[in-house]
Amino acid sequence: MEAVTEPSVLATLLNIGGILLAAVIFAALLTWGERRLLGFWQDRPGPNRVGPFGLLQVVADMIKLFFKEDFVPKFADIPVFILAPTIVMIAMLMGFAVLPIAPGIGVIDLNIGLLFFLAMSSMAVYSVILGGYASNNKYALLGGLRAAAQTVSYEVFMGISLMGVVMMAGTFNLREIVLAQEGGWYIVPQFFGFLVFLVAGIAESHRLPFDLPEAEHELTAGFHTEYSGMKFGMFFVGEYLSVILISGLITTLFLGGWLGPWLPPLAWFLIKTFVLVVFFVLLRAAIPRPRYDQLMDFGWKVMLPVSLINLLATAAILIS
Amino acid sequence: MVDVVVPELWPLIAYFLAVLGLVVLMLTLSHFLGQRRRDRATDEPYESGIVSVGSARLRFSIGFYLVAILFVIFDLEAIYLFAWAISFREAGMLGFIEASIFIGVLLVGLIYLWRLGALDWGGKQKSLEQRESVNANNGK
Repeated sequence: MEAVTEPSVLATLLNIGGILLAAVIFAALLTWGERRLLGFWQDRPGPNRVGPFGLLQVVADMIKLFFKEDFVPKFADIPVFILAPTIVMIAMLMGFAVLPIAPGIGVIDLNIGLLFFLAMSSMAVYSVILGGYASNNKYALLGGLRAAAQTVSYEVFMGISLMGVVMMAGTFNLREIVLAQEGGWYIVPQFFGFLVFLVAGIAESHRLPFDLPEAEHELTAGFHTEYSGMKFGMFFVGEYLSVILISGLITTLFLGGWLGPWLPPLAWFLIKTFVLVVFFVLLRAAIPRPRYDQLMDFGWKVMLPVSLINLLATAAILIS
Repeated sequence: MVDVVVPELWPLIAYFLAVLGLVVLMLTLSHFLGQRRRDRATDEPYESGIVSVGSARLRFSIGFYLVAILFVIFDLEAIYLFAWAISFREAGMLGFIEASIFIGVLLVGLIYLWRLGALDWGGKQKSLEQRESVNANNGK
């Protein structure tokens, strides 16, 4: 292994600030982008009044959320109630730390990067279950429990589905996984791994069609029924952060990260991630919600065996 | 061969502090900027307008517990697979055969749970005919 030139302190600090800012801004913009895209697919304008193309809607929403009452119910478990939304925000933002965005851009190069990501994405489940339980509200409790059972079920094969990639690249380091894809993107040999991880990623971020924890037709708002103001905003932004994080990770693991001809690496990474994010929104526009038992069945009876067999097949091909 | 590189962790710590700062800033800002109001129903849990009865500390379905236990079992086994995946080139053919047996046992366990009905949400559903025949027998 050749020596990697140690980046200067200033560059690292710039990276830290830039990535944090970019993650939050993109997540905020996505709240607007999603509504515009949904509007486009449902043949209506979507938010288009505030600023050019309605872009300042994000700012308006933020100001509104800041000035809303920071409501902490008397009947709730107050410390846990306040802690819960911060967990999802922190966990998701920490996930961005290991994402290799382009050569020289990225907070840190951990050689257990993939495991770090899996750990952070599992942390998010605490946020939902603690928020649901601490609210001391029946809807919130049901939503929290559903979310926990769902996330935990899809967690199992989320990791296993990525092990095919790890075997092919021979490392947990995300930057090295990208470099190993110079010969060809892993989406081709690891297509089943990609599919399983995509589904698990959607379920982990509670996006439609897997948003049963907050299914508004039966649970009003699920685990965040009692949340308002910026605490609700944190759950909300946390969800969009996880969409971007999962898209970024799929780009890194299966679509060759920043690799690509002609354009600069950063542009390639952003384009690929953007396409995946749009795909997430399209799923929301196109697919109805399944029933809860169907969701659990699908996870345990289809996805888990597929990911195990995919792992075994990958190993068999690589070893022979 | 194996040279352990301990990466400098300070960027991660600095990043964590920045994230923490952002979150604390958001919480305090909204705490001081937000309005306060008190109404008759402020201290009641929201239940779509119906007056709340009892506490929300309910007993819940055993199914959730079962899922949690299954998760612990399968996720622990996944961890062994992680360790094998990173080192399977060194483990070679022998390692592959052993891992195959391990995954085989996992799959057999999964099929066993499946047949047992542990993976059916809400317990094993009897078919309609079975239920009808049971009802008919009870009626006699």
